[in-house]
Amino acid sequence: MTQIPLESRLPTTYRIKEIRQETPMVKTFTFDGSLGAKPGQFVMVWLPGVDEIPMSVAFDDGAHTRITFFAVGGMTEILAEAKVGDLVGLRGPFGTRYTWDPGDHIVLVAGGYGAAPMYFVASQAVTHGCTLEAIIGARSKEHLLYVKELESLPHVSVHLSTDDGSMGFKGYNTNILDKLLNVTQDAETQDPPVDKVFSCGPEMMLKSVLTICDKYNVPCQLSLERYMKCGFGICGNCTVDPLGVRLCTDGPVVKGEVCRKIAEFGVYHRDDLGKKNAF
Amino acid sequence: MNLSQTILGITFKNPTVLASGIWGITASGWREVARGGAGAITTKSLWLHEHKGHPNPTIIETDHWMLNAVGVPDAGVEKAREEIGDFMKDHPIPLIANIIAESIENFAKTAEKIAELKSDILEVNISCPNVEDEFGKPFACSIPDAAKVTKAVKKVSGKIPVFIKLSPNVESIAAVAASCADAGADGFTVINTVGPGMAIDLKSRMPILANRVGGVSGPGIKPIAVKCIADVYAATKGMIPIIGTGGVYSGEDALELILAGASLVGIGSAVSRFGAGVFKKVCDEMQEWCTNEGIDSINQMIGGMHKELASRAQR
Repeated sequence: MTQIPLESRLPTTYRIKEIRQETPMVKTFTFDGSLGAKPGQFVMVWLPGVDEIPMSVAFDDGAHTRITFFAVGGMTEILAEAKVGDLVGLRGPFGTRYTWDPGDHIVLVAGGYGAAPMYFVASQAVTHGCTLEAIIGARSKEHLLYVKELESLPHVSVHLSTDDGSMGFKGYNTNILDKLLNVTQDAETQDPPVDKVFSCGPEMMLKSVLTICDKYNVPCQLSLERYMKCGFGICGNCTVDPLGVRLCTDGPVVKGEVCRKIAEFGVYHRDDLGKKNAF
Repeated sequence: MNLSQTILGITFKNPTVLASGIWGITASGWREVARGGAGAITTKSLWLHEHKGHPNPTIIETDHWMLNAVGVPDAGVEKAREEIGDFMKDHPIPLIANIIAESIENFAKTAEKIAELKSDILEVNISCPNVEDEFGKPFACSIPDAAKVTKAVKKVSGKIPVFIKLSPNVESIAAVAASCADAGADGFTVINTVGPGMAIDLKSRMPILANRVGGVSGPGIKPIAVKCIADVYAATKGMIPIIGTGGVYSGEDALELILAGASLVGIGSAVSRFGAGVFKKVCDEMQEWCTNEGIDSINQMIGGMHKELASRAQR
């Protein structure tokens, strides 16, 4: 279990420095201040008097912290109304991060707002001599996120997919993953072998990523989402069956070999009462 | 050095117990705690029907204290049946089922349903400070009400020992314990969280917990726990077993609660610092301390302070 610094267990309120409208439903807030978050980690985002929810860190450069979120029900809709200068509490960073070795060739598979943490990974991994293939998938063109940002990075090839074919490949991002891994198995091509696959997005997509990585025997790291309250391993709400581990401390980024042992992966998740809900 | 004990016919391999409300909502979580070395586990408080908790933030922590107002969320008896049923299949360590209700009548109904699941102990939470807005002052704050709940639960729980979880936020915990003991309590869990307390964010000027107030736990409450355990032990003449809970992070903390009168020691907040390994850590530290002092069984330590005081008074 990772040691979580005690000072990260109380929220600190920051003023919103900048707001960017990514798509009609998605916004990015930038805060003046760093929590020292690493790619894949999450923070608890607190709107005083309303609620507090976990969100992946979209970026942390040591001076600023960024979150990218969908305004879909509950607190996120109220958060989306916030203006520059408003106060938002951040608590964390919590959980595990994506890990790579210098010079790795990595495939990123992003679904929905999973593109934000994937950009965070890419921006850091390229400074360690890594080369990356970033596959971004969405329902349609207007829902694709972080395309320009990823395209602006050196040593990153961007692949796009949309369900309706309005941009890039018509189909799922996992179809592109299958093709990429299949090609790299071909000894005649000059493509470097894929060392690791990282993924963030809806759980059914992650399940498909795991299946494909198993097929080609490529190690993967997946970011799993469960209902979280404390973020530091005390409430037990994010415990997964049958391992009994807490995803706020032993996740959210979980290696494929661990994910395979989580029987509820892609089957059900528990709500705030601990009740099982099927995916 | 022997850490095991048999209390009311139940054998505990060591005195550490997972406190209620911590990590305890699924059988797989309880098993992970058992693998971490706990002597027993306590479930999160179980309601008869579904009960919503509070919005977040619900749990915050500093070096010195933890503050929580989770609001006792639970899915009701059916989920308890599934999870406890699952755990009892291999039953690696004793299971203490903690129950809660908003009325004496529903305490009895919940106890009856949970007793069917054959938990090793029923722990009755009459002392949660975090649902006062919803239900008023906890039953543990009234001497007659605490006894009425005890009586109602005892009537339906058969041979399963009933432990009453007491509040430190009362004029006399000794008086509450004595009245519950008269009503048939088989044991006590001492203490629930302290306060309630409050924490405010300076910039937004808002209370941090969504519920505004919450129960205080963590290192700072240990002296309160020690005093309350000593009071309950004295009030019941050391005849009724106590699960001492409050501020235990080390073997020496645990031994202090045991000297005050605890037979078993609950560990809660410390789980967030040491994970499931906290149980083995505390046991190893107790072992080492006792071995160095030439103590060969934990039984020699229970209520040790009272015995020492009595022997000095006779000199």
